[in-house]
Amino acid sequence: MEFALSEEQRLLQDSVRRFLEQNAPLDKVRLAAGNTHTVQRSLWAGASELGIPGMLIPEDFGGMGLGFLDAAIVYEMIGRHVAPLPFLGTTVMAPLALMLAGSEAQQEKWLPKIAAGEIVAGVAITEKIGILEDAGVKALNGKLTGKSLFVIDWAEADFYIVADSDHGLHLVLPDAKGLSRRALNTIDKTRSVGELVFDRVAAEPLPRSSADAVARMIDAGRVMLAADTLGAGQMMLEKAVAYAGERKQFGRVIGSFQAVKHLCAEMAAALEPSRSLVWYAAHALDEVPGDARLMACHAMSHLSEVGRFVARTATEVHGGMGFTDLLGLHYWFKRIGLDRQLLGGPELVRLEAARLQGWAA
Amino acid sequence: MNIDFTPEDEAFRDEVRGFIAANLPPECADSPALGVMTDKSVVKRWHKTLYEKGWAAPAWPEAYGGTGWNATQRFIFNEEIARANAPRLMPFGLTMVGPVTCTFGSAEQKSRHLQGILSGDVWWCQGYSEPGAGSDLASLKTRAVRQGDHYVVNGQKIWTSYAHEADWIFCLVRTEQSAKRQEGISFLLIDMRTPGIEVRPIISIAGLHHLNEVFFTNVKVPVQNLIGEENKGWTYAKYLLVQERTSIGGVPSPGRRLRISRRWHERSGTRMGGVDGRSRVPAQTRGDRSQAHQSRIHESADSRRCGGGKGGWTAIVPAEDRRKRGSAGFGRTRRRSRRLLYRTIRARSPAWRRQRTGYRPAHTRNVWADYGYGRAASIYGGSNEIQHDVISKAILNL
Repeated sequence: MEFALSEEQRLLQDSVRRFLEQNAPLDKVRLAAGNTHTVQRSLWAGASELGIPGMLIPEDFGGMGLGFLDAAIVYEMIGRHVAPLPFLGTTVMAPLALMLAGSEAQQEKWLPKIAAGEIVAGVAITEKIGILEDAGVKALNGKLTGKSLFVIDWAEADFYIVADSDHGLHLVLPDAKGLSRRALNTIDKTRSVGELVFDRVAAEPLPRSSADAVARMIDAGRVMLAADTLGAGQMMLEKAVAYAGERKQFGRVIGSFQAVKHLCAEMAAALEPSRSLVWYAAHALDEVPGDARLMACHAMSHLSEVGRFVARTATEVHGGMGFTDLLGLHYWFKRIGLDRQLLGGPELVRLEAARLQGWAA
Repeated sequence: MNIDFTPEDEAFRDEVRGFIAANLPPECADSPALGVMTDKSVVKRWHKTLYEKGWAAPAWPEAYGGTGWNATQRFIFNEEIARANAPRLMPFGLTMVGPVTCTFGSAEQKSRHLQGILSGDVWWCQGYSEPGAGSDLASLKTRAVRQGDHYVVNGQKIWTSYAHEADWIFCLVRTEQSAKRQEGISFLLIDMRTPGIEVRPIISIAGLHHLNEVFFTNVKVPVQNLIGEENKGWTYAKYLLVQERTSIGGVPSPGRRLRISRRWHERSGTRMGGVDGRSRVPAQTRGDRSQAHQSRIHESADSRRCGGGKGGWTAIVPAEDRRKRGSAGFGRTRRRSRRLLYRTIRARSPAWRRQRTGYRPAHTRNVWADYGYGRAASIYGGSNEIQHDVISKAILNL
């Protein structure tokens, strides 16, 4: 028995970390945040050289054929650097939809392009989790009508995977007739989400669509969001510790005060077991199907809470500086904030976990 | 990542489970509260059973009676013990003074003490804390003055669990007033029957007697009962604390509490809305909230299990990491898993409410004892605040 990352996984994580340290420093993040709804093409091309876009795609389609645990530890690094990359939709959820529900022709057409980093794929699935106001997409005679909110990797997508109200999955091109698109501005400027409005839009169904395929996309997405929060939270802790070791008051660094030390220790004690939870949840997606859904719920909702605690506490440790744009800590704070809400906030996810265990109707 | 057990591991699990099923007397499985020993004879009987099988001290070196199991096997063993609701063996001998004696004791001390610890015939208690020396342990004042071939011990220890049941006590005593307080401390083994020792009970919040004060008045202790060197006791004391904190991490306990919690939940179904008459919130909403809350607690416990239980992964980390992780996992695991149980029962059970008004059905008694005892869990073995100091120093370098 070995509950640890393999040598290959550690190398993968290190190479992604080094790549992001060099190519996505804070000033780059800041520039990208000024153009949230633009894909950072050069950064995505660099990530492609590492094989990131196609990491879950089978080698037959030009990908790396890796597992969800590999994807989770990569997204952890991306979260750590608040990197503006279209990972969640393009690398994880859209390829998963094609692999689970797509026809061979659809797979052959799209997967190699995703793997090569040539295209971006958005995912419109929010309404399978919760419906806000009048949102929701209906499929009738091969045409889609309705509205989907918080579409993941919305900006510049070359196609969208759209879930209808009946567990159907569809592939929609951005220039389809009757489709209108509107950017949604959230607090997180490092990732693009948007709105799609369908007025009898011609869509290409994924022929093997099922409720299970939709649920598995959501499970995977939740684990990735948890991993993103883990990475972002870990970085916030490190920044808080570094700041506490530099900032002086009363003639001493503030990290020498027990009040500040304990804030940092609480963050460390909250994050440490979270890492195991995220690892196990990702591993379960790969290897323990019976545990996968519940663990995805647990990982997502737990990391939402841990993330919020760490985001608030690390900001507190930074004092007034934590609130400034100058320091940029808010990029992490906001990233964790969006992670919490995409694919279901903790209250909703917990209710789902309760249902999975037969406790709630 | 490979969390599968090998066929050998599974065979080992079958063997352990089979042994427990065949040998754990029903009264042993029923009687233990979750964290508290209620009946010495029950624990002693189970200890003897494991001893006769050769399984009393799996983690000890084989030369002294350990089993030679690897970390995975030790985990499986602990998990099966917890699953069967078997009593926890007293740690004061097996996980505290035993390993100290194996590591630092003289040949004579080993041959005199290890066997009794292993067989469970000799019970130990821990003389660390004093009224003026809790978190600041090194300020302890109990003095041992050398007179010929004896030390004469005077002073007081406090919070001494099971001193009233113990045959021996291991004690930190001051043998020298040195500039650096840690340097004047020694580690003594003292027979509780020695004249001049008085034990007075402290009744706990749970209404139980497990804590004591221990007074020493001119207690004569032979010099051969000194562990290691005089004035080097702090080194041995810290070694022991690492063992203690790892043990307090209580890897199997969250799993056990989780199971009890689930059982309660299933028994009481989703009738939550009717329980609390004070609420004006519609029953259905309250039910939903309660279930989501329940999930929240379980997910928290799961994170602890992954870090510390589902695979006992914490127990399997390399020894050099254990001190740090011991501190990190320590407070939270215990707090969370007790909170889990307490909240479940508070939320779910009319019996809990009756209990607070005096009526106390038998099946809630152990839970309350565990909860009450659990209030001390963030204090003993070094308070959570001290653990936070350790984390900031050892992990964060603050």
